[in-house]
Amino acid sequence: MLSFLPRRLLQLLPTLFLVSVMIFMLQQLLPGDPALVMAGEEKDPEVIEQIRKQYRLDQPLPVQYAYWIAGVVQGDLGESMRIKKPVSELIAEKLPVTIQLATMAMAFALLIGIPAGVLSAVKKGTAWDVGANVFALWGLSTPNFWLGIMMIFLFSVQLGWLPASGYVSPFEDLGQSLATTVMPAFVLGNAIAAVLMRHMRSAMLQAMSADYVRTARAKGLYEHAVVLRHALRNALTPVITLGALEFGTLLSGAVLTEQVFSIPGFGKLVVDAVFNRDYAVVQGVVLVTATVYILLNLLADILYVMVNPRLRT
Amino acid sequence: MTPFTALKGIAAALALSFAGTALAQSTLRIGLAEDPDVLDPTMARTYVGRIVFASICDKLFDIDDKLAIVPQLALGQETSADGKTVTIKLRPGVKFHDGEPFDAEAAKFSLDRHLSAQGSFRRAEISQIDKVDVVDPSTIRLSLKTPFAPLMAQLTDRAGMMVSPKAAKALGDKFGTAPVCAGPYKFVERVAQDRIVVERFADYWDKGRVTIDRIVYRPIQDSTVRLANLKSGQLDLLERLLATDVAEVRKDSRLRLATGTELGYQGITMNVANGEKANGPLGKDVRVRRALELAIDRDAINQVVFNGLQTVNNQWVSPTNPYYQPKFPTPKRDLARARALIKEAGVATPIVLDFMVPNNPENRAVAEVMQSMAAEAGFDLKLRVTEFATSLNEAEKGNFQLYMLAWSGRTDPDGNIYSFASCKGPLNYGKYCDAGLDGLLEKARSVTATAERKAIYEQAAAKWINEGSVLYLYHRALLFAHGTKLEGFKVMPDGLIRVTDLKLKP
Repeated sequence: MLSFLPRRLLQLLPTLFLVSVMIFMLQQLLPGDPALVMAGEEKDPEVIEQIRKQYRLDQPLPVQYAYWIAGVVQGDLGESMRIKKPVSELIAEKLPVTIQLATMAMAFALLIGIPAGVLSAVKKGTAWDVGANVFALWGLSTPNFWLGIMMIFLFSVQLGWLPASGYVSPFEDLGQSLATTVMPAFVLGNAIAAVLMRHMRSAMLQAMSADYVRTARAKGLYEHAVVLRHALRNALTPVITLGALEFGTLLSGAVLTEQVFSIPGFGKLVVDAVFNRDYAVVQGVVLVTATVYILLNLLADILYVMVNPRLRT
Repeated sequence: MTPFTALKGIAAALALSFAGTALAQSTLRIGLAEDPDVLDPTMARTYVGRIVFASICDKLFDIDDKLAIVPQLALGQETSADGKTVTIKLRPGVKFHDGEPFDAEAAKFSLDRHLSAQGSFRRAEISQIDKVDVVDPSTIRLSLKTPFAPLMAQLTDRAGMMVSPKAAKALGDKFGTAPVCAGPYKFVERVAQDRIVVERFADYWDKGRVTIDRIVYRPIQDSTVRLANLKSGQLDLLERLLATDVAEVRKDSRLRLATGTELGYQGITMNVANGEKANGPLGKDVRVRRALELAIDRDAINQVVFNGLQTVNNQWVSPTNPYYQPKFPTPKRDLARARALIKEAGVATPIVLDFMVPNNPENRAVAEVMQSMAAEAGFDLKLRVTEFATSLNEAEKGNFQLYMLAWSGRTDPDGNIYSFASCKGPLNYGKYCDAGLDGLLEKARSVTATAERKAIYEQAAAKWINEGSVLYLYHRALLFAHGTKLEGFKVMPDGLIRVTDLKLKP
């Protein structure tokens, strides 16, 4: 059933190569000279020269790319110019944070979005449907940073229930870890829940009017069995694709939310690196993100096949 | 139990566990406006990094609250009559965080490292040092290429920070990932963009003045969020409070405001000789530059944008600095005179100027106020809001006519003018060049007596303030806010947080 897998895995290689070239070239389009930014306030010409030499900024682009990609192939993503730490170490430090945040956000999104979508389709035209739609509209139209700041003011400043920002690893202290991530995860999950709800609703409506659902009902099945076992299973396919894409986006870092809650994840890492023209960090993070994104797409394809038997041939 | 009360219970338990940890450790939590760069005194470049160094790396000298140079790891110094030999007596019994002794060999090692390490940002600051000799275990002698008045001031900053030779040799260029110095706190850990943790050093030479067990520095870029953290008790102290948030801090009985005036300034660089864009009335005619200054009301900018918190000025050092020149007071706005100067210069109005403004809300607000003021005198300032790193490149290339640029300031006045006004100064983006002024600036570097130096700077000011390429606007207020539990916090002139003598009430 998964005969397409080796072929898809092979296709990954040229894709990743192209991605690496694009990351490298696009970055060169950034105005501003990294050596100037790195040279500190004083901008001593001797220091600028030295930085150019040290980080091979004085070499032609193809040479710079060759050095970088040679390192990447050997697992060396280079070193941050700003804090002199290997990029791979920085990524290893941030990836668990981002994965935790993304997973919690996705859990919020799925737990809210799918039941709300199913409910509003099944109870179409009732107050439930209207309520779910209002919720979706709210989720889609509320900017993350605004919702984040409002939540900080309510839950941290006014009520003092949750820490306003920061991050604690779950391995250090699970309670504190959840306390620091619950607000940003909700903010991120809320927007995605709204998208999922809209898609779930329309997919469900379509499924509910299909012949096989009528047949299932005619067989005398209970309504919940019809909805959950027959309609929902078919309606989930597009929602899975969407969920995987959204999850990929979450893994590439949620810039504004991470900024507001001072969560040291991928988004914050890459934005700071862009502003500081810390090329190696930008390249490393984007490459890892792109790889994860591609793999998630592959995972979505596998999930389709598992959910929808018709695709198994 | 309703779901709401259950949630409330869980949240309260979580909040309690947070508060409990904070109390048990006597931890001072400081909110920084940015994440520092590498924590190696030789390789570091950022202002925010200096705030962290203030707790982990002691220096040969320090400044006091009046900006006077006082000994720290040194006991004192003597400069020879010709100004070319400086003998520094070192404090005995000082240990580095790894237990290694701080002695003349270690001091020589640190200075040599600043001077010769690959990638050193300190070399230019102390390049006048020819060699460092060990006289005896507690004395070093610096031989200078030329007399250099700002040297002592340099040794009150990163160039004067002493590192453990053993650790520096072991870690090489990775020293910044686990710095070992001789300050009141030793480095524990750093999670980039999240926190830097330091803990009290038991063998610190002045340990009687250190009472707090741990300090956690937390970079929180958004100033609103930084303040929210202070208000909700997750921070004890924060730096760079926004001027617009001062009123809110003042009215909150749980918070305290602490202010000072920065050593640096906010100014506008005018392009007088850097490429094509200098070829206009502003670059070519000093009367047009004066007209622009007279069209601007510095007090109004201060009131409108900063509620009057900044110190307006037209010089590179603030009015409280010993090198301030009272003979050149800040001119009041004079539109009639500004218009007359433009007429005298025979320039057609409006004078259109490309005004590059690094992107942040305060800069934009100042630029907009300036734009409307200057318009009344016949200037048409075209604001070009530009991302900071890009603006540096544009400034280098001369792609601007006006460029709003702040300088964080240095203890010695030389650090606030030499690089900006001398012909080959790396920060002289406007490319103003005058041999006479260059001579004066060089001379001021070689004279150590304050009165004599001040007289030289007076001559320099006559030239630079009237003809030069920087229009100084104001000195920013150093704004800190802290909780009432923190006692003993004083704003120092350099804006760095001194952690000795701080107390945290339970």
